[in-house]
Amino acid sequence: MPTQTFMLNGERVTVEAEDGVRLLWVIRDLLGVTGPKYGCGINVCKACTSHINGKAFNPCSVQVCDIGDDDEVTTIEGLADGEKLHPMQQAWIDRDVPQCGYCQPGQIMAAVAKVRQCRAEGRDVDDDAIEEIRNICRCGTYNRIREAIKAGADKM
Amino acid sequence: MPQHRMAERAKAPVGRRKFLGYLIAAPTLVVAAELTRQEVFGGPSASAATPIPSAPQPPEVYDLLDALRDSMRPTANLIRIEVNRDGTVSFALPRSDNGQGIITSTQMIIAEEMGLDVDQVRVTLADARPELLLNQITGGSSTTFTTYTPIRVAAALAQMRLLEAASQLLQQDVRTLTARKGLITSTLGKSIPFGDLAGPAASAVDKQVEVTLKPREKFTVIGKPQNKTDVLDIVTGRKQFAADLQIPDALPTVICRAPDLNGTPRKAANLADVRRMPGVTDVEIVSTGVAVRARTFGQAIDAVRALEVSWKDGTVHGEDDESVLKKLKAAELPLAVPAGIVATVDSSFTFWFKSNSSLEPNTAIADVRRDRAEIWGPMKTPITAQNAIAKLLGLPQNAVTVHVVQGGGSFGRKLFFDAALEAAECSKAFGKPVKLMWSRADDSRQGRVHPMCTSRVRATVTKDSVLSFEQRHTSVSTDFTHGLGEAITAAAAKAPLGNLGFAETVFELTQANPYDYGVSTRVLNEVDMRFNTSSMRNVYSPDVTTAREVVTDQLAAKLGADPYEFRRKFARSDRIRGVLDAVAKNGRWGRSMKKGTAQGLGVHHEYKGVTAALVEIDCRPETVNRAIYEGVTGPRVTRVTFAIDAGLVINPRGLEAQMMGGINDGIALILTSSLHLTDGHFVEASWDNYFYTRQWNTPPELNIILVDSGADEPGGAGEAGVAATAAAVANAYARAVGKVPTEFPINHRDPFPFTPKPLVPPIPESPTDGLEHTY
Repeated sequence: MPTQTFMLNGERVTVEAEDGVRLLWVIRDLLGVTGPKYGCGINVCKACTSHINGKAFNPCSVQVCDIGDDDEVTTIEGLADGEKLHPMQQAWIDRDVPQCGYCQPGQIMAAVAKVRQCRAEGRDVDDDAIEEIRNICRCGTYNRIREAIKAGADKM
Repeated sequence: MPQHRMAERAKAPVGRRKFLGYLIAAPTLVVAAELTRQEVFGGPSASAATPIPSAPQPPEVYDLLDALRDSMRPTANLIRIEVNRDGTVSFALPRSDNGQGIITSTQMIIAEEMGLDVDQVRVTLADARPELLLNQITGGSSTTFTTYTPIRVAAALAQMRLLEAASQLLQQDVRTLTARKGLITSTLGKSIPFGDLAGPAASAVDKQVEVTLKPREKFTVIGKPQNKTDVLDIVTGRKQFAADLQIPDALPTVICRAPDLNGTPRKAANLADVRRMPGVTDVEIVSTGVAVRARTFGQAIDAVRALEVSWKDGTVHGEDDESVLKKLKAAELPLAVPAGIVATVDSSFTFWFKSNSSLEPNTAIADVRRDRAEIWGPMKTPITAQNAIAKLLGLPQNAVTVHVVQGGGSFGRKLFFDAALEAAECSKAFGKPVKLMWSRADDSRQGRVHPMCTSRVRATVTKDSVLSFEQRHTSVSTDFTHGLGEAITAAAAKAPLGNLGFAETVFELTQANPYDYGVSTRVLNEVDMRFNTSSMRNVYSPDVTTAREVVTDQLAAKLGADPYEFRRKFARSDRIRGVLDAVAKNGRWGRSMKKGTAQGLGVHHEYKGVTAALVEIDCRPETVNRAIYEGVTGPRVTRVTFAIDAGLVINPRGLEAQMMGGINDGIALILTSSLHLTDGHFVEASWDNYFYTRQWNTPPELNIILVDSGADEPGGAGEAGVAATAAAVANAYARAVGKVPTEFPINHRDPFPFTPKPLVPPIPESPTDGLEHTY
């Protein structure tokens, strides 16, 4: 079986997996890192949103063989700086955003990437920018998510 | 002062009521409680307005919450609180938390009574405990209402016992001691931590003790906003759902299902080939399909896609939306008041099938051995599950351990335990532990749905009053075979006509008309169509309420009245007028709106609470036709002002969260989300087909108002946000476009904005181009 190597949350990981297995399952089922959730498997619900080299992506839709040895994959578990939470995580706590919490790791990772994208493009993190975020929350926490993104962006 | 409040005060007994608690023989302090108190809610107040009063309706004096609580009375004394040697207090809540925040509110209730900080109370979810009989169902928005007092009684007794033990140790009169933050402190400044008292306060025998509860004026925790106590775990990815649990050898398992709804396997042509696929460990035919166990879920899905299976027809083979609607129409019960003698409003509404999929698909872990089984999953009726699994496996019920895991949303879906049953069957078939998860396509197409239903309304009016209001609700059968969460009522619901009786009881106990509409009747009829159904953040209310509130706007128009003034005048209680006034004032009812935009109102009364919503909607073409990739836009709700009088509020921040979720549900029900039945199956296979509210649909402005009318007891919250919002959206839409909708959601007959996904194989392939869509 092929060996797959990449950087996961700051550490080099090596794992045996078939080339075509999607990264989500390598992360969850083989490496036991379960922050990114399955919600659809076809890049629609965005519950598995994580970062690759700092940009948002959905590991349910990437074959593990397409991840390079030095590609940095960051899941929600790797967002904080040790014990120090990322400002977006803190904003989520301050506004008591989550209900069941299943989609929230993906929501936070999407929010961080959207703010970075807006900054890079010189755009405001406004309602229009937030409405580009496709992550579904079936508990319906959207309104607190909007508040938290704006507050988190101010601290980023 | 509102009338109802005076009525409650008048009924309240003199002095502080006493309750009975129990000391349980144990090495450390263990207390238990039973329910001995009476209902404090009064019936409806008489209306002072001119409308013709309707007779009292069952939900106003005895509703589903009362029925659930009364069914629990004999066993509520088995609720136990333990004081640990490390000073913490623990309690295993016999309920299921799927995000509604009941773990947090339970921590608050115990912390309040014992003078602890919220984080000093450890609340876990109890395993299935068959001895609890009827006391382990999470549904009907009943949790806080049914557990509030027993938990307080136990906590108060624990507190009393700790004080007594401290009094002995400190040689101080108990009245000079206070408990705060887990310390008992004397007036002399000496203190002893709870942990040191856990042993001395323990009882050597079981004993009944009288306790008094903390009076409401002294509350410092209840009623104060509190964050969910698992929020840190959630934002760091540490919170574990069933699929995240690492149970030894419980490998990913997925079932290949039929194209028809509830189709079953005849035979599989290539089992041997599929067993040799990469990562696959086991493949077996089971009752609902062909089960595959593999090293990863991805490989199990690949194997499901490769299977060649022939299928028997499903339970609704060949049926579609129209054929089901025809059956419903045929089953509609007649209206009693003839039309046309006086002025009549006659309306008929259709509510299409809706999915109650949560974001976490049906998931369960099972480890079945020859003589025992262990199951993990999010289950709201774990005793019923334990009984059903034991029966399936041919084991005694006590050989099956059912662990209740926090769920990733429920909305009614997890009243059932479909995944747990299948996991048990698969584990037995493989002789190995399994972690079984439904694919999203299965969860959407084969999972439980909110039944299609119709609501006919006929109202007769004179020039200033409503003489009669009849509502005939006809629904595809709602599955209540979970009973009240255990084997006895579940069996009763499964008996011939048992489910209809159960459904009618639930309907009768939950549906109330908030207005004095003269002769007012509501009748339910259900047609068994062999669909997989369950409630969905309410069973009947959003549909029944929407029909009633749309007709209420029509009645107002008929009488030439403003919709708000009309509702105010006909409201049956001051509590209803209270929430209505709150939204009208804060939402600026009647302000001038641009053409193509409008306001709408909705009112609802259920679960000991009353709610009102004022919605503003934008139906202008530039808004309706916004283009969003793989999204449905349509009319946009731009602003929601929502008020709830929920009785005593334990956690206002949590209550607001529940309302926010309900509001987003209500918007979806009216504008965007439904399932389409075609040729014996549901078309929608994922979130790009089924349009639950998204960021681009949610209201940019949202204002939730908690109205306090001084009630002593909490009502229900989990579902209370949906109905009034749905109704208000429908009314706002009707006013904006000048046409009253009769089908919901309003876009159900639009062409699909997507290409339906194939039925065979049943799970779409995961894309490989994810790196082209980064941002």
